[in-house]
Amino acid sequence: MAESLISLARSADVKIEKPDEIVTTAGFGRLQNFLRKCTIAVLSCGPMPKHIAFIMDGNRRYAKFRSIKEGTGHRVGFSVLMANLVYFSEMGVKYITVYAFSIDNFKRDPSEVQSLMELMEEKINQLLENINVINKANCKINFWGNLDLLSEPVRVAAQKLMECTAGNTGLVLSVCMPYNSTSEIVNAINRICSERREMLQGEHAGSYNGHAASNGVYSDISVDDLDRHMYSAGCPDPDIVIRTSGETRLSNFLLWQTTFSHLQNPDPLWPEFSFRHLAWAILQYQIAYPYLEQTRKWVKKQL
Amino acid sequence: MITKLIFGLLWCLVHLVISICDLWSCLSNKLECYLISSKVLSKYQSLHLERLKCLGVVVDSGEAKNVMEVKQLLHWFSTIGIKYVALYDIEGVIKESLEPGMEASRDDKSMNSSDVCAYTKTSHGSHRHMVVECLSGSDGKEAIAKAANLLYSANYNCSTHGYGKINIVFTEADMACALRSVGGGGPEPDLLLVYGPVRCHLGFPAWRLRYTEIMHMGPLKSMKYGSIVKVLYQFSRKHQNYGQ
Repeated sequence: MAESLISLARSADVKIEKPDEIVTTAGFGRLQNFLRKCTIAVLSCGPMPKHIAFIMDGNRRYAKFRSIKEGTGHRVGFSVLMANLVYFSEMGVKYITVYAFSIDNFKRDPSEVQSLMELMEEKINQLLENINVINKANCKINFWGNLDLLSEPVRVAAQKLMECTAGNTGLVLSVCMPYNSTSEIVNAINRICSERREMLQGEHAGSYNGHAASNGVYSDISVDDLDRHMYSAGCPDPDIVIRTSGETRLSNFLLWQTTFSHLQNPDPLWPEFSFRHLAWAILQYQIAYPYLEQTRKWVKKQL
Repeated sequence: MITKLIFGLLWCLVHLVISICDLWSCLSNKLECYLISSKVLSKYQSLHLERLKCLGVVVDSGEAKNVMEVKQLLHWFSTIGIKYVALYDIEGVIKESLEPGMEASRDDKSMNSSDVCAYTKTSHGSHRHMVVECLSGSDGKEAIAKAANLLYSANYNCSTHGYGKINIVFTEADMACALRSVGGGGPEPDLLLVYGPVRCHLGFPAWRLRYTEIMHMGPLKSMKYGSIVKVLYQFSRKHQNYGQ
């Protein structure tokens, strides 16, 4: 699976070394690879997260500090995401969720929004061109958000990529775009209301015969009902939420799902986020784990 | 087997080193807090709190049982000049222990039944008015579910009154209104202080957490006046784009 993900990362123009590839720099690549595997083996002695969510902050600042075009920062950010997928897979992290584009980001300069849409379309189409590699990697890709707000080419490409990977059972990459948490909650409520309305209409028309009552149409909407209608239904809550570039807010990201998530805000900008930052994040999570697990179990017992 | 043992030992060693580093940073933080409290560090002496309209505080429920510490915290906030504090713990310990002891002033327009006004004295004897709101886990997801039911019942009434073909699509504004109606409204904290072993919001009402700066303060039993001043200073220097 890691081999397939490396091919996938390569297809996205990421410079990544293949494990066991002998590089000209006197086996430095092999040493790096060996150290990475040892680090993962040591980390795996403690509790490992199943789901990590990222607010990929800092792409524009990265470009600004290096005096390069703003769009290039986002491109580098995409490459870093692809590269890190390999590490997640090696570590056994099954669910990765990334905050790619917020509904609030539409307020940005129209030319920037346009170039971001074009970048998304380009990268999604690139992934579609390499769909065999993605399916070989058994990687499932979701897009969470109000896809109707996207331009049609991007929306169509995103939906196609979701359909093509729907049957995969390996690593799950969920891309939130365009997304925000309050919109997700309202969307869940609208979906519940719509389903119940259809049930009621069906019953009145005589076609459901008690289905409406048995499907809880007349009962109160519960927290579980809302859970089942969120974009993240079927996905466990994030164990860790990482916002890069040192910012401390969640910016309307996964507010419903992060009750017991360890919130981290490392200083590096997203394009600078590497394996060692990921290893450090997991070490911090392992320290927090006993408390989070105990609190989670207590709350579950109360319910 | 031996490899696993070696990796296990390395894991313990790594965590031991991290604990020692954490201890060191804890000691240097204590020193800094002492210097701040002693007014040695001049840059912390004038705080610009115009942007801080509402302060949220999450407390670990186990630690929230220590009512005196919570009251001390509130006293410090009042001394600094905070006008509105939303106190939260997931189990509702703060609601049970603090609310009955406070002077209650219920505003008919404010739907949250746990709004209270607290008058606290500063060390100089003058009174400052600070609103303290006590929240618990039931004000989080359950409040959102209650608001959802309110919206659903509006939707259901339309269906039963012959408007079945009208597709009502609720907006965030509708949801905000419904939350206010069920007592789940209230200001969004600009800053959230988390007192507990871990940086985690523990289910603080999601609708009020959108753009809140979240700072981890460590365990409540180690709380320091200097660390509050430091965090408020850092907050005053923050800049938010709000997605732009």
